Amino acid sequence: MATKLVSSIQEAIRLCGLKDGMTVSFHHHLRNGDYVLNLVMEEIAAQGIRDLTMNASSLFETHSPLLGHIENHVVSLIQTDYMAAGLGRAISQGIMEKPVQFRTHGGRPSDICRGATPIDVAFIAAPTADPMGNCSGKYGPSACGSLGYAFADAMHAKKVVVITDNLVPYPLQDWSISEDFVDYVVTVDAIGNPKGIVSGTTQITRDPVGLVMASHAAQVIANSGLLKDGFSFQTGAGGASLAAAKFLKDIMLEKGIQGSFGLGGITGYMVDMLQAGCFRNLMDVQCFDLKAVESIRTDPRHQEISAMQYASPTAKSAVVDSLDVVILGATEIDTDFNVNVHTDSNGYIMGGSGGHSDTAAGAKLSMIIAPMFRARLPIVTDRVQCISTPGRDIDVLVTQGGIAVNPRNAELKERLVKAGLPIMDIRELKEKTERITGAPKTIRRGDRVVAEVIYRDGTLLDSIYNVPGEQR
Amino acid sequence: MEIKKLASAGTMESSDAYVEIEPGTDGVEIQLDSVVMAQFGEDILTVVRQVLGDLGVEKAKVRVVDRGALDCVIRARVETAVLRGKGEA
Repeated sequence: MATKLVSSIQEAIRLCGLKDGMTVSFHHHLRNGDYVLNLVMEEIAAQGIRDLTMNASSLFETHSPLLGHIENHVVSLIQTDYMAAGLGRAISQGIMEKPVQFRTHGGRPSDICRGATPIDVAFIAAPTADPMGNCSGKYGPSACGSLGYAFADAMHAKKVVVITDNLVPYPLQDWSISEDFVDYVVTVDAIGNPKGIVSGTTQITRDPVGLVMASHAAQVIANSGLLKDGFSFQTGAGGASLAAAKFLKDIMLEKGIQGSFGLGGITGYMVDMLQAGCFRNLMDVQCFDLKAVESIRTDPRHQEISAMQYASPTAKSAVVDSLDVVILGATEIDTDFNVNVHTDSNGYIMGGSGGHSDTAAGAKLSMIIAPMFRARLPIVTDRVQCISTPGRDIDVLVTQGGIAVNPRNAELKERLVKAGLPIMDIRELKEKTERITGAPKTIRRGDRVVAEVIYRDGTLLDSIYNVPGEQR
Repeated sequence: MEIKKLASAGTMESSDAYVEIEPGTDGVEIQLDSVVMAQFGEDILTVVRQVLGDLGVEKAKVRVVDRGALDCVIRARVETAVLRGKGEA
């Protein structure tokens, strides 16, 4: 029987012909439970290969050994859509010569497909695979559900290595990525720690501030004119966003509205909405919890999509183009509605766009939900430290103390005022907040660019500067 | 007002402040650690000094670990620590 099985990751790297200066890629469906990136990079370092570009759809705390590979010049450039705070802090302190390139979940596959960011070797962490490389995230001890972000890598990398801890006889049925893209298959003891791969069900917030925000958010949607049969929706996995989804679900059931689809990173709450009849389908690029994994495995209405279909601006169409409403977060938003999700209030990198600017650009109504202040720091500033999503794509900011509508969307403002919601100018909301918190002093930033924020169309949107000294 | 013993108030929760006060020998010494040092450090020191002044504390060592507390919270925590330190609360 034919096989692409090779004996080890080391052997696969050798067979792929990986050399100094090449580009390797990884996807992040195993999230903070991922073992594969570290296993592969350890082998690459051991083989003495240097000066690599790492293109990873997201990087989590578990990938902190990467700091050593940067120090030892194994990795000299990082391209990613999201970076957790531990790595981000080191990057902000200026440990890399070349600035990190941040893309979006739609911009990354777009740039891979159009050849702007070629990949030499893609490593696919596969919860189940057969010896010819057909693979799926839906089955196996490390099941993660969708493999959406890995498709562009598999289809366009010069060499593709599938790494699995659950090898099944050929052919695997119900594959996500098919054998025609795969060069080698490697088995390892474990590709990840299931506890870190998917969280248990995230709880709806019980914080009264979060509940007020969520209730406002649901009311904004209910009065937007978009909540009718065929409605489509995406929300994040934060406590207040989930609470908003819960309130929205109640409204949809009460009014008998059947939406068309729920999109995104999918949580158990979106699965609940599907099962309750709020949507006909779920379109899933990544599963956030076990309930979502179970649903994508068993319910044909719950469909896996690639990152290209999710959000690529150069795909012939993407699902975000058909999206009605998205609920998004922010670390800061300015009076022009520009949103920062890359850096914290002290300027340290602690996140990234993910699909933020893709969904904001596509959705008819892009809502930011955030408290007026967190730990004394106001959410509304005169100017965000980093523009992750341009203000032109944001329609409304919902806080517990008021709702600010972007003046670009006068129709929405009129609808919400008519509905009796607490609408105010974003400057007024800023002043109201600062009467409680005081006005924060502007922080110092360094003069060296440590990261570039590349918008989904490939243009430079903003630059992130180093944080000088120890600033807390 | 004399601080007679080591006393504390507050917690290390986000948006709270933890304040410790003990007898001092030479004026008021304030040690501040804050998650919003760059944005609000001076404001916090001003408020702490003001509360100590209002309560007539002239000699004390004060340590404030601020987790992003509002002024009203900082005032309350410092005042409570002082009253505990002089044995009144």
